[in-house]
Amino acid sequence: MSMNSEGRVTRPEISAETTAAAEAPATFTGNRALMLEEALIFERDDYARTGVDIAEAPAAANRLGGLERHRAIGLPGLPEPEAVRHYTRLSRQNYAIDLGLFPLGSCTMKHNPRLNEKMARLPGFADIHPLAPVDTVQGALAVIDELAHWLVTLTGMHAVAMSPKAGAHGELCGLLAIRAAHDAAGSDRSVILVPESAHGTNPATAAFCGYKVENIPATADGRVDLDALTARLGPDVAGVMITNPNTCGLFERDMKRISDAVHAAGGYVYCDGANFNAIVGRVRPGDLGIDAMHINLHKTFSTPHGGGGPGSGPVVLSEALSPYAPLPFVAKQGDGSFKLIEEETAGEDHPGSFGRMAAFNGQMGMFTRALTYILSHGADGLRQVAEDAVLNANYVLRSLDGLLDAPFGASGPCMHEALFSDDGLAPGFTTLDIAKGLIDEGFHPMTMYFPLVVHGAMLIEPTETEGKATLDQFVGALRSVAERAKAGDAALKAAPAMAPRRRLDETAAARKPVLVWKDEPLPEAAE
Amino acid sequence: MRYLPLTDSDRQAMLATIGAGSIDDLFVDVPAEARLSGPIAGLAPHASELAVERHMSKLARRNLSAGEAPFFLGCGAYKHHVPASVDHLIQRGEFLTSYTPYQPEIAQGTLQALFEFQTQVARLFGCDVANASMYDGSTACWEAITMARRVTKRAKAILSAGLHPHYVSLAKTMARFTGDQLDSAAPSLTPGAPGDDMARLLDAIDGETSCVVVQNPNILGHVADLSELAARCHEKGALLIAVVTEPVALGAVRSPGEMGADIVVGEGQSIGVGLNFGGPYVGLFACAEKYVRQMPGRLAGVTTDADGQRGFVLTLSTREQHIRREKATSNICTNAGLCALAFSIHLTLLGETGLRRLATLNHANAVAAADRLAKLPGVELLNTAFFNEFTLKLPVEARPVVRSLADKGILGGVSLGRLYPGEPTLANGLVVAVTETVTGEDVEALAQALEAEIAA
Repeated sequence: MSMNSEGRVTRPEISAETTAAAEAPATFTGNRALMLEEALIFERDDYARTGVDIAEAPAAANRLGGLERHRAIGLPGLPEPEAVRHYTRLSRQNYAIDLGLFPLGSCTMKHNPRLNEKMARLPGFADIHPLAPVDTVQGALAVIDELAHWLVTLTGMHAVAMSPKAGAHGELCGLLAIRAAHDAAGSDRSVILVPESAHGTNPATAAFCGYKVENIPATADGRVDLDALTARLGPDVAGVMITNPNTCGLFERDMKRISDAVHAAGGYVYCDGANFNAIVGRVRPGDLGIDAMHINLHKTFSTPHGGGGPGSGPVVLSEALSPYAPLPFVAKQGDGSFKLIEEETAGEDHPGSFGRMAAFNGQMGMFTRALTYILSHGADGLRQVAEDAVLNANYVLRSLDGLLDAPFGASGPCMHEALFSDDGLAPGFTTLDIAKGLIDEGFHPMTMYFPLVVHGAMLIEPTETEGKATLDQFVGALRSVAERAKAGDAALKAAPAMAPRRRLDETAAARKPVLVWKDEPLPEAAE
Repeated sequence: MRYLPLTDSDRQAMLATIGAGSIDDLFVDVPAEARLSGPIAGLAPHASELAVERHMSKLARRNLSAGEAPFFLGCGAYKHHVPASVDHLIQRGEFLTSYTPYQPEIAQGTLQALFEFQTQVARLFGCDVANASMYDGSTACWEAITMARRVTKRAKAILSAGLHPHYVSLAKTMARFTGDQLDSAAPSLTPGAPGDDMARLLDAIDGETSCVVVQNPNILGHVADLSELAARCHEKGALLIAVVTEPVALGAVRSPGEMGADIVVGEGQSIGVGLNFGGPYVGLFACAEKYVRQMPGRLAGVTTDADGQRGFVLTLSTREQHIRREKATSNICTNAGLCALAFSIHLTLLGETGLRRLATLNHANAVAAADRLAKLPGVELLNTAFFNEFTLKLPVEARPVVRSLADKGILGGVSLGRLYPGEPTLANGLVVAVTETVTGEDVEALAQALEAEIAA
């Protein structure tokens, strides 16, 4: 088997009849060769079994204060071989970056090096308690300090708050610092401006810490409307939240002018750093006047996404906001040892801190991985990361010229992601059909219907860890699916036909939510 | 560079397709004054696996890991044995390197695992429904307080003195900005029931109260019956939020849901997730079904596909930030997916039988240790009711004792001086956690070292 120049696999043609999995004969088990159906653990009669050998408890008086559990909990147990099979079978129903291109725009699915995993599992990092005496965890504090140093250096900022647990938690951290700074200045500004192309987390975060949110429109070329933004600035505006590179995949050329205008009006600039991988090593947000920016370690520095998380969202801060950074805070002392500044000493060492925003010391396991990745890439590698990410995205953008509408294709090079719309598809065909068609081609679809400023948006982010041959094959597949959607191929409406499941009814799931297993048969399962 | 597949000739060919002369042409929108031309200050060039391993291993060796020492630390993070297959399974690439299941047809593995996780959490906590996990227990606790505000339309939360001080600290940080009123108190070293302030809580609930937040077992290890508190809350139109930082306890102790709690949140680290110096952990969140549309976070639900086959999807997303923007129930747009999976796999291996055995073993070990340590001269065991963690009142300040024990290679507990630096009345308190990983020799080593420290 080989690939031709368009990335199409060249092998004997297989007729349409035999490829339609839906027409394959039913099997007794419901399995289809290597694609195995797997019951829920609750549907097996395994309530008395266990897969763990636990030592017999020594005889001891019960001191539970009369609160012993009497009723059964209802937790099935699987012996180890069956547990391993259950989860291995489930795993095979997932798409993953280890299987192929995962071009989710704005989510940044890049290769996850296994060295990161190995380092995070060293007992010296994985098996230490957050409240252990500080002199027994100096190596962990050194990791935090070293990573913090590189994050500050790479962004050109002044300090970094390490404890936020995810990107959206980092946004919260940045806005709390902005509020604390205004409070300290005796100002009670109440409004945060958010461009309409922003991630939904931006307005939600502003509301979650008590701000009113006002939207700022985008220009026809996909950037923040500078005039509309400056016109709205005033004594009630606490700050602006901007994503740069933005969610249309474009660099905000006016970033410095925006920052200057916001500062002149007494506000602060928050930058959503979700897309930092496009500029790492080439642009320092600090030079653009940013006051706070979260860095999704999992995106730029390749910590695993794990089916949704955990994330990690350290926030770099300008000099103006640094005094308000949350607790705890790692500080290097004169003798080279590290100190953990908590509530106890915050009064002397870090008096302006707005306080604690998570129980312990942040996502240590992610810090280890991110530092491993930074050191592996080094200065030359990180710069190459941004260059290859941008090159790959522009290659996808231009390879689809004339096929899919690229609303901002003339607005300048895209950064790390290419944006298309559903303009020009046959009546009744949508972005969703293209996405589901790509599944049958063996690709994870791109981000759909985001950003909201583009109708039927398709946001494609290849990342820097894809080679040219993979991109050619993806472009070829997308071309084929898009041509079917333009021609009104009815079979595309039924895609995916070859995935573990055909199109799932999300409306029914929301109308009558079934969120936990109930012992009576589920109505949906009865058919 | 081993992580970057493009060759220079690929790059040239691709630039030609794009119609760009050089990479710099792709960065034209970056103003010249913001472009970095030189190398990143101080950062070495790319390094081999071997070189990076050496550097990181050297840093790791500067830490005293829990497995190297008799280990008694708890207070919200616990050392339990995690079966080898848990870590093996979460490292399968199809779990480790998958993303949020936005395309459910090719994410059934993650979605089914989350649905099973939700069911396990709901059952463990004695609640109707649970979500697909939160960042950690402390942030889940604050989210529960904001949810109670939405449900009751009131903004006064009463926090138990037995609630983890970091959870209290976080709530105070947030309340300063959101305008919620918090009524909190420091715990006391009450003999019999340390940290328990049931009478204060019962007394404080009024028609303005949105919720009472109580941790069980509490920060000092005391376990309490929450039934009367739940009844009083409901009488006054308030919600009872129960916090569980040691879910293994629920293998032995009645669940908060069974005692009447409306929302139960917890830290799931104990089951399947390592200590990791504080994170990543996994927040657990469960509640009564009638409040489901006010819940924060993600939810996996059941549906059918075009062939009528059962499948799973993320659902009720109209509560979430990507649709509701500033009107969302929370700004959270993730869950601790991989940690939730580890929790769920470990709990599946344990099953009801294993969890009960594990809980019984934890309790028995803790009782034996408590009795041994209470015999030390001048040492008082404050708890009569506890699960695997209890509080000792030492005749001296506990913090320097913990410090000196570490020098002897014993991680001997959490001093209340560390947790409550502003409360001198608590300075002699030492919270000792004893799990299945603690041996009789470990307890004897602690007892003898503690005795020597007190005498010194």
